[in-house]
Amino acid sequence: MTIPFAFPAPPAGSDHSELRAEVRAFLAETLGPDYGATLQARSWNGHDPEFSRKLGAQGWLGMTFPKEYGGHGRSALERYVVVEEMLAAGAPVAAHWIADRQSGPLLLHFGTEAQKHDILPRIVAGECYFCIGMSEAGSGSDLAAVKTRARRDGDGWRLNGTKIWTTYAQHANYMIVFCRTGDSEDRHGGTSQLLVDLSTPGITITPILDIAGEHHMNEVQFNDVLLPETALLGQEGQGWSQVMGELAFERSGPDRFLSSYALLNELLRVLGNAPDQVAQRAIGRLTAHLMVLRHMSRSVAGMLENKENPTLQATIVKDLGALLEQEIPEIARSIAPADPVPGPQHEFAQVLARTLMSAPSFSLRGGTREILRGIIARNLGLR
Amino acid sequence: MENMIFDTAEHLFSDFAEAGFEAMPVHAEDGATEWMPDLWTQIEELGLPTTLLSEDQGGYGLPPSCGLGLVRLAASHAIPAPLGETLVANWLLAAAGLPLADGPATLACGPQITAQRLQGTADRIAWGRHAQTVVVLSVDSIARVHRGRVSEQGFNLAAEPRDTLTWDCEAETAAAPVSEITFRAIGAVLRAQALAGTLEAAVTLTVEYANERQQFGRPIGKFQANQQPLAIAASQTAAARAGADMATDLLPLALTAPDRFITAAAAAKQRAGEAAGMVAGIVHQVHGAIGFTQEYRLQALTRRLWAWRDEWGNEAEWADHLGARVASLEPNGFWPFLTWTGDAA
Ligand SMILES: Cc1cc2nc3c(=O)[nH]c(=O)nc-3n(C[C@H](O)[C@H](O)[C@H](O)COP(=O)(O)OP(=O)(O)OC[C@H]3O[C@@H](n4cnc5c(N)ncnc54)[C@H](O)[C@@H]3O)c2cc1C
Repeated sequence: MTIPFAFPAPPAGSDHSELRAEVRAFLAETLGPDYGATLQARSWNGHDPEFSRKLGAQGWLGMTFPKEYGGHGRSALERYVVVEEMLAAGAPVAAHWIADRQSGPLLLHFGTEAQKHDILPRIVAGECYFCIGMSEAGSGSDLAAVKTRARRDGDGWRLNGTKIWTTYAQHANYMIVFCRTGDSEDRHGGTSQLLVDLSTPGITITPILDIAGEHHMNEVQFNDVLLPETALLGQEGQGWSQVMGELAFERSGPDRFLSSYALLNELLRVLGNAPDQVAQRAIGRLTAHLMVLRHMSRSVAGMLENKENPTLQATIVKDLGALLEQEIPEIARSIAPADPVPGPQHEFAQVLARTLMSAPSFSLRGGTREILRGIIARNLGLR
Repeated sequence: MENMIFDTAEHLFSDFAEAGFEAMPVHAEDGATEWMPDLWTQIEELGLPTTLLSEDQGGYGLPPSCGLGLVRLAASHAIPAPLGETLVANWLLAAAGLPLADGPATLACGPQITAQRLQGTADRIAWGRHAQTVVVLSVDSIARVHRGRVSEQGFNLAAEPRDTLTWDCEAETAAAPVSEITFRAIGAVLRAQALAGTLEAAVTLTVEYANERQQFGRPIGKFQANQQPLAIAASQTAAARAGADMATDLLPLALTAPDRFITAAAAAKQRAGEAAGMVAGIVHQVHGAIGFTQEYRLQALTRRLWAWRDEWGNEAEWADHLGARVASLEPNGFWPFLTWTGDAA
């Protein structure tokens, strides 16, 4: 048995430093000097459709989609540079994030020509937003237990059920719903994915406030929602393997280790040029970890570019990344003591408070730590 | 070419793995493993010690991932020989325009180099007593010299010789191709690769064991309580390897843009050292008592992990180095620094 431990470096010349400089200049200009640490600390949760449209106009959304669907035919490593710069700047990317990261690529793989021509150009323009319809009350880690069901109805589908924890459903145009469409005994069989226009009658979106009282998540109810035949995404009965592919996209990017970046940056500002020995060592350690995670994450992008399947490697990066993201607030408070106070009095304290309150989600959303480690264990040949 | 070298080396190392393990003294305080002359002869016959060299230097012109990849491969079989030291010695000698090493070589820092003379002592030199050539770096000079006098025979936790060498003799000298800190960083990358190989071997051995050993009527690897820590061990190993590979790819910069190489080397050694401690704990826990015995192979791996993470700078030393480097940046300079240091070529 050989354990796939290697994360090969992407090919030489793929650092795309000109593109990086261009994105950096655009962000400095567009976000402006008043876009402070507190705003940056929202990481990829800042929602601003106007910003998303500007990125679209720059050609930085749907970068890897083929030109015939409005895309830019650029490499996964170019996209990596853009995405990473957005995260480092804490830019308000939430509106388009899911569409650009996973729904678009999913459509590209499994969509019909009509679906692709209809939707992909709008994603590229930064005008069409998606949310993820996987989790349900009784189906979290055990995704195959979904109960939401679509039945054939005349020429189309009739959808019933309730999705939960749906990030930014309140602003999204579409949800890709993972649901049952057959009566197969096999838990994985008989599932499909549907492309649901959220303006269809019969859909009720109810806010669920998070730990900090903010409205990102929702419950989404489908009550006899009538969908056209063309709502089917990919093949009927192939929902399970498609949703696994979607999760691979969801887990593959640098958003999985940069969620606390704003706090780290703010910590460095507070420490200045003369940190004490303890702080210096802690910062050096975090730097080492970040450098290595970047190397691994760029390697994943390189594998995507080569049409290899980086599912295991992405899972490893996400697990290690969440550990680092969750350590950063603990380390920050230990070397730059401050009461973590929400509200605008003191920027470091506020960023610390926000990051502390976000941190538990880092190892839940997109698949829990335990589920990721289960996937790694399977790849080791233990399951 | 690269694959061919790896295949033949893999063959050689697996042939000697058993004998290398047997050669370890029974008692940890008994001193160093005996030299294995056949092993070294074959390493030389395959030409492994010149793998880092360009064609005009007498090598094959392969990327550094090949030469330093051999260090990882040797470590994954717990091969007791100074292959890494000899690879780097030749690379430095070639860069300095000095003749290549005779036989096994090692690296030292400390003694004084003055026009054609070497004077002084160097501590804890890897395989010192067996080295036919020592590459000594001192301030801005490099010397190529015989091992000198072995004034003290020492060893490390993995029963590898770590000797004190003393010189007061003539030496071939030249302008140093790298600074002392770069020299130390190169040593750190050697050990980071060796740690990565050892980690891979330890995790692989433990997964195999967990799939065989039965308790409560099933393989212990079927228990989630063992799967989850083994997944951590695998991820830590992957990180150690990734860091080592990142720094390895930048090795040529040691000669031309050392700051960037040193930064990557620091990250590599910090990360691998941290992984080593964590993984050693996990692989022993999953093995139970058998892993705690002298006769079972795991100890040859974990004792190397514990020894090597402290050689050429431990986690704290390299974290301090990186922390100081980061503190010296302009305000908001951290992100540009990260993206500048990490991306190879
Ligand atoms: C901020 C946030 C945003 C989210 N956004 C979305 C979204 O947009 N769309 C969407 O569909 N979902 C979303 N989710 C839901 C997320 O995917 C689920 O929270 C996750 O899959 C876990 O499911 P659960 O919360 O029901 O926990 P559970 O599955 O009930 O798990 C609870 C605990 O038990 C552990 N556990 C469960 N099963 C096992 C097992 N077999 N072995 C070992 N341990 C186990 C888990 O690891 C976890 O620690 C979001 C979640 C969060 C926190």
